Amino acid sequence: MCAIAGILNFAEAPAPTEDAMRRMLAMVRHRGPDQFGIYLSDQVALGNARLSIIDLSGGQQPITNEDETLWIVFNGEIFNYIELRAGLEAKGHRFSTHCDTEVILHLYEEYGPECLCQLNGQFAIAIWNERDRSLFLARDRVGVRPLFYTQTGSRLIFASEIKSILTAPQVKTDIDPLAIDQIFTYWSTLSPRTCFRGIVDVPPGHYLVAKEGQVTVKAFWKPEFSSDAPSALTPSTNAIASRKERSLADYVAEFHELLKDAARIRLRADVPVGAYLSGGLDSSAIAAIVRKLGVSRLDTFSIAFNDQQFDESIFQREMAAYLGTDHHVVQVTHADIGNAFPDVIWHTEVPVMRTAPVPMFLLSKLVHDHRFKVVLTGEGADEFLAGYDIFKEAKIRRFWARNPHSKWRQLLLKRLYPDISNLKATGATYLAAFFGAGLKETDAPGYSHAIRWRNNRRTCRFFSKDFGAAITEQQSRGRVAPGYPDGFQNWGDLEKAQFLEISIFFSQYLLASQGDRVAMAHSVEGRYPFLDVRVVEFCNRLPARLKLRGLTDKFLLRQLASEYLPEKIWRRGKRPYRAPIHRSFFNEATPDYVRDLLSESSVTASGIFNPVAVRQLGAKLEQGKMVGETDDMALVGILSTLLVQRRFVSDFSPANALSDRDDVKVVSRCVADQPAKRVGNVC
Amino acid sequence: MQMNHTKEIRDFVVTNFLFGDASSLQDTTSFLESGIVDSTGMLELIMFLEQTYDIKIEPEEMLPENLDSVNKVIQFLGRKQEKAAGA
Repeated sequence: MCAIAGILNFAEAPAPTEDAMRRMLAMVRHRGPDQFGIYLSDQVALGNARLSIIDLSGGQQPITNEDETLWIVFNGEIFNYIELRAGLEAKGHRFSTHCDTEVILHLYEEYGPECLCQLNGQFAIAIWNERDRSLFLARDRVGVRPLFYTQTGSRLIFASEIKSILTAPQVKTDIDPLAIDQIFTYWSTLSPRTCFRGIVDVPPGHYLVAKEGQVTVKAFWKPEFSSDAPSALTPSTNAIASRKERSLADYVAEFHELLKDAARIRLRADVPVGAYLSGGLDSSAIAAIVRKLGVSRLDTFSIAFNDQQFDESIFQREMAAYLGTDHHVVQVTHADIGNAFPDVIWHTEVPVMRTAPVPMFLLSKLVHDHRFKVVLTGEGADEFLAGYDIFKEAKIRRFWARNPHSKWRQLLLKRLYPDISNLKATGATYLAAFFGAGLKETDAPGYSHAIRWRNNRRTCRFFSKDFGAAITEQQSRGRVAPGYPDGFQNWGDLEKAQFLEISIFFSQYLLASQGDRVAMAHSVEGRYPFLDVRVVEFCNRLPARLKLRGLTDKFLLRQLASEYLPEKIWRRGKRPYRAPIHRSFFNEATPDYVRDLLSESSVTASGIFNPVAVRQLGAKLEQGKMVGETDDMALVGILSTLLVQRRFVSDFSPANALSDRDDVKVVSRCVADQPAKRVGNVC
Repeated sequence: MQMNHTKEIRDFVVTNFLFGDASSLQDTTSFLESGIVDSTGMLELIMFLEQTYDIKIEPEEMLPENLDSVNKVIQFLGRKQEKAAGA
């Protein structure tokens, strides 16, 4: 649920105003349309837009503790809040609501920042401590919920979405060239960078403390693949010693219990919970588990494409029939994608290199139209149980590198990528040359992803000369490559590849542009059983052979799913979710904005891209024959970058502030207002 | 004749893969090592050669030795046309 926002003064400055908060919250009304809350003091303002899911009548924020010294606004869910609350009540904490927000606050009061280690959930939190005048911001372990901030002059301004921050008159921003270069390489920026100069994110698994003018950012969690690493929720558990002797059946049984419980606590809501059904293994497994947990009626939601190359509706219908769900489908055409794209970019707030977020945006609308606020999905299994082809690709390349002259070793690559147009038609020797780049550099930390990144960088050819020079200048000034954590070199090859996939593509793109932002655009909250911290840590301690066995991906999940699903579903090979690209923009009804953005004058005015190159790309795409992956990526990257520049920099237009018609709770703790408003002035 | 082919092939590569920027392309530049073409690009090139020069390229001829630079393409094309003329 929700969005948060806030303003902190570092030095003597006029107090943040209610009006400023009303403007910030109006920008994220889509995330929390039900209620709003504002906390005001001489030094800080906090805001919340609420999507009511738990304690519908009693959870309006901000929420305070017993002596009104701590104030919280919160976006997300703490799924183990019931268990945590019981422990806090035993320690004498008194609660005034039944919602999870208040549990966080008392937990913080009891344990300080370390309380984060006890939370099993998806969250962005802001807590103001009136006693020591400190602001505490925190973000969940893998970055399900967003949290951005900027420091400008004597203020720190934070929000769930960047568009809220941009309403502050003192925030002036521009497109960050290095960020665009990163997006065109990795498909996302590297945290904490965003595509706007001066605006950064609180990285996943981190918290920020702002006190007496100092801002410190610290990690409370990171993916840990050592088999003997302590567990977050149960630090005393060190099961690996006994695991060494365990059978496959034991592993499956433990995984089963964890995943069932992860799904069970994600059904906690005072509103109905639905599920996404892609037709693949992961979402099918989750829906099946939910069904077995005794949920009598389950509504499932799917995307179907008119373009058969991308459509999986046969599998979805089969699965829905098998599970007996009430199934709903949004049928997506090329024109739908092209037409919705600008709205999607308004929500992603960052350029994207594929159109896949658009159908997800249309899907959340379908969910919203059926009056659902919460859906369970299968996100996370591909990352934590090694479902992606890139893991197999790296494995084959390493295998091949041990005998570079082996013809049959390289031919294993042909089994991958059936969906990449024409790759399978290409000769084996060519394939070898393509995937053989850097073959022997097996010790390089980015070995698994080097080819993908190198290929992506073809799209950088479209940068204008000046923009390229600006990137080079930024690159000369500091670290720009992905960071590798302590202990990385000691991890196995698969785990290294998983870390890169999780920390870059998953957290920065998939959970954001294709996850939170497009679901929240229609007030829909995704919940992810595979991202339960217990499931994640269990998976990260598994031997690699239980994740990627030979070239069978998600081996352990397939074993488990065989108890739940028809064989053709649990045996089915991974089919990546993709959406049509060039035909969505160049078709019989090409949207006006496409021609407008790609026009020579518009491209030249952007300063980002070379108008000659963009014109030639447009001509090639309009012909529509032999369009390559690079052409598709470049098209989406260019269009979305120009949209971001236009919507957020050159033509940024704030929404109307919250009005008297909105349900806004205002708590003023400003000295000038006291004592009349001393005790939570509720308007 | 060969000069014309060289220009045609260069123009095709510059227009379709480099989108107008010829600065990075020498006649000996490896398409693969320099990242000029991706997998679809190689097929685009093959289709262009087949259509423009009325030849048929067999799967076993789809080798970097034949197709990985402007010069290699020219030499390959020469061999194909010689063979066709001799047949």
